[in-house]
Amino acid sequence: MYDFAYHRPTNLADAARLAKEAEAKLMAGGMTLIPTLKQRLAKPSAVIDLGAISDLVGIRVEGGRLTIGALTTHADVARSAEVRRTIPGLADLANGIGDPQVRNRGTIGGSLANNDPAADYPAAVLGLGATIQTNERSIAADDYFKGLFETALKEGEIITAVHFPIPEKAAYAKFPNPASRYAIIGVFIAKGPQGVRVAVTGAGNGVFRVKAMEDALAKNWSADAINDITVPASECNSDIHASSEYRAHLIGVMAKRAIQAAG
Amino acid sequence: MPHVSLTVNGKPASADVENRTLLVQLLREKLGLTGTHVGCDTSQCGACVVHVNGRSVKSCTILAVQCEGANVTTIEGLATDGKLHPMQEAFRENHGLQCGFCTPGMVMSALDLVKHNPDPSEREVREWLEGNLCRCTGYHNIVKSILAGAAAMRGQPTKAAAE
Ligand SMILES: Cc1cc2nc3c(=O)[nH]c(=O)nc-3n(C[C@H](O)[C@H](O)[C@H](O)COP(=O)(O)OP(=O)(O)OC[C@H]3O[C@@H](n4cnc5c(N)ncnc54)[C@H](O)[C@@H]3O)c2cc1C
Ligand code: FES
Ligand code: FES
Repeated sequence: MYDFAYHRPTNLADAARLAKEAEAKLMAGGMTLIPTLKQRLAKPSAVIDLGAISDLVGIRVEGGRLTIGALTTHADVARSAEVRRTIPGLADLANGIGDPQVRNRGTIGGSLANNDPAADYPAAVLGLGATIQTNERSIAADDYFKGLFETALKEGEIITAVHFPIPEKAAYAKFPNPASRYAIIGVFIAKGPQGVRVAVTGAGNGVFRVKAMEDALAKNWSADAINDITVPASECNSDIHASSEYRAHLIGVMAKRAIQAAG
Repeated sequence: MPHVSLTVNGKPASADVENRTLLVQLLREKLGLTGTHVGCDTSQCGACVVHVNGRSVKSCTILAVQCEGANVTTIEGLATDGKLHPMQEAFRENHGLQCGFCTPGMVMSALDLVKHNPDPSEREVREWLEGNLCRCTGYHNIVKSILAGAAAMRGQPTKAAAE
């Protein structure tokens, strides 16, 4: 690891000011950033630790939506009675991320800012049609994810919270990589204020929706409704973990499991 | 040079570190607490698990400076007056270790499980150990040890106590 300056601001305004400095890097749980620094894949001049900004932590339900602060850990989402009551599929998703120690540190904001193509939260955020709140604006999920590790965030922009509309039904099904638990394929399906939404992670260069499945499920909410719908293998990645054909096949299987789990 | 002050195993500790110094380096190299191991240094094996403010974390993936003012517990902080903690005792009794390299992390991880779930099922123990790798035991006796340790902590007699 190259050395860097370290700042631990206690309020968002200070963090935003520090984040504007050239080559500064924000840090939340550090579960992605610290391994990246160790491999010398990044050489920030300064690391700005968001961990002391208590306003960014917390879970609340108001006005028909569930709001999760950006610095809330996966473990806290997984154990939250509010999340369990409003969107149980989201609590299950959080509980399936990595391992207990990753869940104790990793945060929803960090996961969304990083936008790993095999990460779990992007599927929930896109599948539920959530809104990403930053210190500058709010961004609809459909406008947020821009492909491989790319998002709509500008340099130094800080995610402060994520607002989830509360769905009628929703569930996540994932086929995890047996070693890392990242998704080989993960499918989040929701039926709610924005209609039926189907979001797939792990398949390609970033999370995407499957319109054909959404239309079929809007007409007929059952696993059988998507029997004949496939995502072309040409839209899926091939790597040591799974071929593109296998990933394409898993999308159908995981989608059906998600519908069954959603009930 | 940055300076960190924290509580380690109930006692105040402090050291000069670099901003890039990891908690595990602070513990092992500055404070001489070599019970916490580094297996992979890539956040995967769990040999380095310690508790920070009551939660199990991988000490190879947190900076020492992030722990300013924190309360850290390592494997060295478990025994009292020369008597092993019931979870440590359970590992000994149930042959839960062979080379012992993964053991400190296994024990620290197990204690975080028992805190949330005092009476875990075998399946829950196995799922909880997702982030702890062992190259020797095949896990079977580790799971047995944790179930026995949890029982002992609930005040139920362990096999050892019954004999
Ligand atoms: C062993 C292991 C297994 C894992 N398994 C899974 C898995 O199964 N599924 C999964 O989805 N993930 C998995 N992860 C990743 C984990 O979920 C991390 O939590 C996530 O990648 C990053 O979150 P973080 O809070 O640690 O962010 P950090 O590592 O601190 O930051 C990541 C990036 O986001 C930026 N950032 C952080 N917070 C903000 C913010 N509020 N606003 C703007 N930018 C910000 C940082 O600058 C950095 O570029 C795994 C990680 C490890 C180490
Ligand atoms: S040394 Fe920290 S997880 Fe392996
Ligand atoms: S006992 Fe040797 S690695 Fe677990």
